[in-house]
Amino acid sequence: MSVAIEVHQVCKYYGSLCALDHVDLKIEAGEFFALLGPNGAGKTTLINTIAGLAITDSGSIHVMGNHVINQYRQARKQLGVVPQELVFDPFFTVRETLKIQSGYYGISNSASWIDEIIDRLGLTDKADVNMRALSGGMKRRVMVAQALVHKPPVIILDEPTAGVDVELRQSLWDFIKQLNIEGHTIVLTTHYLEEAEALCNRVAMLKQGKIIALNSMQDLINNMTVGYSLRLRLQPDSLPSILQDKQIANHNGFYELKIDAHAQIELILARLREENIQILEMQLLQPDLEDVFVSMMKNSIPEM
Amino acid sequence: MTGFLTLLYKELLRFWKVGFQTVLAPIVSTLLYLLIFFHVLETRVEVYQGVSYTAFLIPGLVMMAVMQNAFANASSSMIQSKISGNIVFVLLSPLTYREIFMAYILASVVRGLLVGIGVYLVTWLFFDIPLFWPVWIIMYAVMGSALLGALGVIAGIWADKFDQLAAFQNFLIMPLTFLSGVFYSIHSLPPAWQYLSHLNPFFYMIDGFRYGFFGVSDISPYVSLVIVSVCFLAVSYLAIQILRTGYKLRH
Repeated sequence: MSVAIEVHQVCKYYGSLCALDHVDLKIEAGEFFALLGPNGAGKTTLINTIAGLAITDSGSIHVMGNHVINQYRQARKQLGVVPQELVFDPFFTVRETLKIQSGYYGISNSASWIDEIIDRLGLTDKADVNMRALSGGMKRRVMVAQALVHKPPVIILDEPTAGVDVELRQSLWDFIKQLNIEGHTIVLTTHYLEEAEALCNRVAMLKQGKIIALNSMQDLINNMTVGYSLRLRLQPDSLPSILQDKQIANHNGFYELKIDAHAQIELILARLREENIQILEMQLLQPDLEDVFVSMMKNSIPEM
Repeated sequence: MTGFLTLLYKELLRFWKVGFQTVLAPIVSTLLYLLIFFHVLETRVEVYQGVSYTAFLIPGLVMMAVMQNAFANASSSMIQSKISGNIVFVLLSPLTYREIFMAYILASVVRGLLVGIGVYLVTWLFFDIPLFWPVWIIMYAVMGSALLGALGVIAGIWADKFDQLAAFQNFLIMPLTFLSGVFYSIHSLPPAWQYLSHLNPFFYMIDGFRYGFFGVSDISPYVSLVIVSVCFLAVSYLAIQILRTGYKLRH
C-alpha cells in the first residue's frame, strides 16, 4: 500500500511555544484516520504544515510522495483541505466559488463534476445563491465541495462538524464515508469522539505538540488502562468473598467487577455457580474512546 | 495557465461586481478635482507655451486616477481576503507565486486603465486635448498601474488591519502622488523642491505620461521610462519574494 501522508520529525515553533515537537506520522492510502487532542494540542498546526499553510522549522512532509515545499504544486494537487474556520468569498455564488476553485487547480471543464458535488452535498437549491446568504451549515458544505473540486486522493477535514446540526452532520459523514469507500484517504480532526470511534480505523492522539498515542482504534481501546467491567445483579444479593478484590463499585443493586480479559468472565460465572448464586442481570461494559482519551490526557508524561 | 487565468478572472470579477465603488466613483471624484481647478486656475496659470492649464491638468489627473486605483485594487483585494480568511483557498491551490503576483498586478492594471479611460473620455467631450504620441501614453499607463499594483500587493500583505493600509495609502501613496507634478510643472518650484521631486518615482510616471499628449516634458521620456521600469522591477522582485517566503500569509 502506498503512503498518503508522511510526516517526518516535524517541529514548529511560534516564538518560544513549541506547537509541534518532533512529530512522526505515516498515513497509508485509503485509511480513515483521526487526529484527536484537546484545544491547542497542535492538530490544526499539523494540518497547516501538511497543506503548506504553515512552514515547518525542521523535518519534512510528503503528500503522495511529493515534498510539500519543494514539490508544492504536485503535493497540493493531491490534497483537499477543509479548513476549520468558516471562510468564504462574499463576492460570489456557490457555483462561481466552485468554478473558480477548480480553475485554480488548472481544471477548465469542471461543470459536470461541480454539478455532481453540488448534488451530493445537497446544495442544488443554493447553487446560484451568493455565499453571504447561506447559513453556517450550508457554508460548511460549500467548503467541503471546494476541497473536492480537483478530486484529490487525500482529503483533510479540520473539525468539519463543529457548529453543524445533527442532521447535516449525519449526511456529511455518510458522504465522507462514501468518499473513503471510493478510495480517498480521509484525515479528520474532531471533538466528537464517538464520531472518530464510529468512522475511523486509526487514531493519533496529540498533546502539547507530541503524538502520545498512535494505533488502530480497536488496539487503542484494548490496550488502555481503563479496562472492561462486568455489572451483575445477583440473587441472593451478595458477592462471594473470592470475588471481592475485583469489585470496583456497588450501586443500585449492581456489583461492578473489573476484568482484564474476556476469559475472566467464565471464571467469575463458575465461582458464582459454586456458591449457588443466581445471576438476575448481566452487562459487559466496554471502554469507549472517551475513556481512552481522558485516561491518556490525564497522564502528563507522553508515552512515545 | 488555467490557474493564473482563473485567479485573474476572479480578481476582475471582484472589482467589476462592485463597479459603482471601484470604477464609477473614482471617475466622478477625479472629475470633481478637474471642475474645481478649472474654475480657479484656468486663466491664471500657463505651464507649457500654448497649452491651457486645464489641458495640462487633465493628463495628470488621468494618470493619478490610474495609479491610485491600481494601488487600491491590489491592496484592498489582498487585505480583504486576508482578514476574511478566504485567501486560504488561493494558498491551498497549486498556483505559483508568480502566477498569484501576475494575476493581482494585471487586475490592477485593468482597473487603473478603466478608470483612466473613463476620466479621459468624459473630459474629451468638453476639452481639446492634443494626442502627440499615444504609444507613450499607453506605455506609461500600463507601467504606472503595474508598479502601483505591485506596491498594493506588498501593502495588502504587510498590513494586518485596514488602519495600517490606510496609513500606507495616506502617508506614502498620496503624498508621492500629489507631489509628483499632477497639478503643476516642477519648473515652477524652487530649486530645492525641484531636486526633491526628482527623487519621487511618481514624478517620472506623470511627466512621461504627459509627454504622450503634448510632446513636451520636464525630463526625457526615455529616461523616465527607464526609471519607472527599474522601480517596477525592484518592487515586483520584493513582492514576489514576499509571496515566495509566505511572509504574513503562511505562518
